[in-house]
Amino acid sequence: MSINAQLWTAAVTCFAAIFTNNILLMYFLGMCPFTSVSREVKTAFGLGVAVVFVMTCTAILNWVAYRYILVPLNLEFFRFIMFIIIIAAFVQFVEMVIDRYSPKLYYALGIFLPLITVNCAILGASLFMIIRDYTFIVTVGYGLGSGLGWLLAIMSMAGIRQRLAHARIPRGLDGPGITLIIAGLMALAFIGFTGVLG
Amino acid sequence: MSPNGAPAGRQIIIDGLWHNNPVFRQVLGICSTLAVTNLVLNTLVMCAALTLVLAASCLTVSLLRRFTPRNIRMMVQTLIIAFYVIIVDTSLKGYWPEMSTALGPYVGLIITNCIIMGRCEAFAGTSEPIPAMIDGFFNGLGYSVLLLAIALPRELLGMGSILGIPMPYFSTGWDRWIIMVMPPGAFFMLAVFVWICRSIKPRQETAQ
Repeated sequence: MSINAQLWTAAVTCFAAIFTNNILLMYFLGMCPFTSVSREVKTAFGLGVAVVFVMTCTAILNWVAYRYILVPLNLEFFRFIMFIIIIAAFVQFVEMVIDRYSPKLYYALGIFLPLITVNCAILGASLFMIIRDYTFIVTVGYGLGSGLGWLLAIMSMAGIRQRLAHARIPRGLDGPGITLIIAGLMALAFIGFTGVLG
Repeated sequence: MSPNGAPAGRQIIIDGLWHNNPVFRQVLGICSTLAVTNLVLNTLVMCAALTLVLAASCLTVSLLRRFTPRNIRMMVQTLIIAFYVIIVDTSLKGYWPEMSTALGPYVGLIITNCIIMGRCEAFAGTSEPIPAMIDGFFNGLGYSVLLLAIALPRELLGMGSILGIPMPYFSTGWDRWIIMVMPPGAFFMLAVFVWICRSIKPRQETAQ
């Protein structure tokens, strides 16, 4: 594929990853922080931005590691361990860099970074990119789009939940139950984007 | 469970199936499995894989607990879990390639399932090997029951069949709810189950 065609594919993949193939609402990845950290828009935004950054960078790193280390050595089955280690090491590294150069940002994002290591969405994005056989440029678009899609979903959820704070909800449904129903309605809305581009 | 001494076998089983079931209480650990609940067969395979990995890693973590340095135990646990996931993934790919394709990345995502890590950390790390394995197995089973309970109505209402076999009324006279086999259906079904279980639970919680 020529560079131009790849860039176009990357743009379409990015758009699809944000809306129609939203990693949270369509593939259920990253549900744990989604239900527990979506009470306030501000914290949701902090976590979301951290996810966008880590997801894009680890998707790129994992792509390079898979393509140039694991495939030549015929060690594809080893990818789970490789990806987990790369993600954990990357998060640790980012944490140290931020702590060193921007303590303010560190306090804002600090608590979210360790959480990200166990976020299934990060590993999921890397595994999807291998299964779908993306090229490098498309991988960048996909990583960025998935992260932005996750950010969009958790921000909207936090916004809706803040409005819900004073609503009267049946007792057993309060908390995770109502969050799941809202997520279902959001997923329905996002399906509506199908066929917009591509 | 009592603070001193390991809980009896029967108590571990009940705890795993109902009292500690993390899905009802906090909606934890559904990430890697909810996506495959649109078909009962996929769910069964996924549940078997998860229960197997959970029991095996609990056993291993417990066996190695005296040799694991405290500060790197998370990394060791992750590697143990990843080891079993690779075994499951590779055998699935070898013996049942169609199922491996259908499950996609979700077998690999068992590694980041919070439940496995949680059980290794909370129970297996401080218990004898055999109770740890029983605990892992029945936690996996409790989780599987819930996933099957979500998968059955989804396939029945959405496709009119169970395990691919057409059901009498649902395959003919029933207007199929396609939405049930699409992602929103999973959210709605899980919400209904959380609602039911939480409405039963509060009495027990206040009693404790």
